[in-house]
Amino acid sequence: MDVIDTLAGIAPGAHLDSIRRSRRPVAREHAQKSYDSLFTPADFGDFGPLERFAVAVFVAGLHGQDAIRTFYAEQLRSSAATDATRAALDAEIAAARTKGPYGAFPKGPLSREDTTGPVHRVADTRREALGPRLAAALEHVHMLVFHPRDADARSLQSLLDAGWTTTEIVTLSQLVAFLSFQIRVAAGLKVLAAKS
Amino acid sequence: MPDKTIPQSGHVVPAVFTRDMLDWLPWLEPVAAGSMSERQLASLVDAARVKSDYFRLLARDPDVLEARTRTDKDIFYNPDAGLPRAERELAAASVSRLNGCIYCASVHARFAATYSKRTADVDKLLAEGTGADLGERWNAIVAAAVALTETPISFGPQHVDALREVGLDDDAIVDVINAASFFNWANRLMLSLGEPTPSVA
Repeated sequence: MDVIDTLAGIAPGAHLDSIRRSRRPVAREHAQKSYDSLFTPADFGDFGPLERFAVAVFVAGLHGQDAIRTFYAEQLRSSAATDATRAALDAEIAAARTKGPYGAFPKGPLSREDTTGPVHRVADTRREALGPRLAAALEHVHMLVFHPRDADARSLQSLLDAGWTTTEIVTLSQLVAFLSFQIRVAAGLKVLAAKS
Repeated sequence: MPDKTIPQSGHVVPAVFTRDMLDWLPWLEPVAAGSMSERQLASLVDAARVKSDYFRLLARDPDVLEARTRTDKDIFYNPDAGLPRAERELAAASVSRLNGCIYCASVHARFAATYSKRTADVDKLLAEGTGADLGERWNAIVAAAVALTETPISFGPQHVDALREVGLDDDAIVDVINAASFFNWANRLMLSLGEPTPSVA
């Protein structure tokens, strides 16, 4: 079983296991390699496991996917996150959940489709427990999850100002974007498996 | 010296969804084409992608880029069974339309039109959005892609039933799930690391 099998509850030899292996074997293999590259890379650099799993818990929590959130929360716990950090993260998830996608289009005919929603700001009382890098990341990640079309260069500048490097921002963006894929594949396959 | 974003100004901003060719301007510095390591070049998978700012930016994390690209190609190009290519592209275009990725929608609307020969329907999707009436089969695929794109995800057994009613088997439904989910990956990178502008080519 790979991580998607685990999250979707697909047992070895099950109908969807054989579809994944026989029809789209390269996608199956490389979805797992994407996970491995993001969460167990040979070299974490200065973007360590605590920050990576904290972001993953936040993303899964914003999606309301409790089992996937638990999967990442267990690994966050193993990454030496303090109780204060984990409590702050849980409180941020509770404060940040909403419905997407929303956001604005470039001004013009599409403006009539603009929909507004919250811009998430981490609570001042939780900034210390999260640290400046993670606090800045969570604000950016909320936008990526719920209203990605509102992104602009200023969001990235906020990350740079909080100590993220350009290369780390690429990895952070990939991590959130990959999770947006993984969570949907797992949720979709779980629904299909129940109908098989 | 700390890194800086790249201010992009003076370019034309596409304000409608289109099948026209677009370019993409990065907000962060890509790896310079002449400074790519062997690992970074290999991570592009297609050597021609060295011309793309987008792929040279993602090559800053080559392991993730290569795995992303190989996942993408198998989901969309593997001809073995499942959903016809045109409808995998329809799912990609629908997700991009809903999330608001004008660049991604342009590429995959072109592919959907090319492979389906249903240009008018593809243009209707771009003009009216994911609520457009595209006929029973496409409506079911678009609705599934939309449900998979919403956060929280609203995809449920009723979507599987609707896809089966219009003739999709489980291989094809897995392709809908993979294609729609993958564009929730792609859209977020394209939307948040740079912006589109009309192609000068």
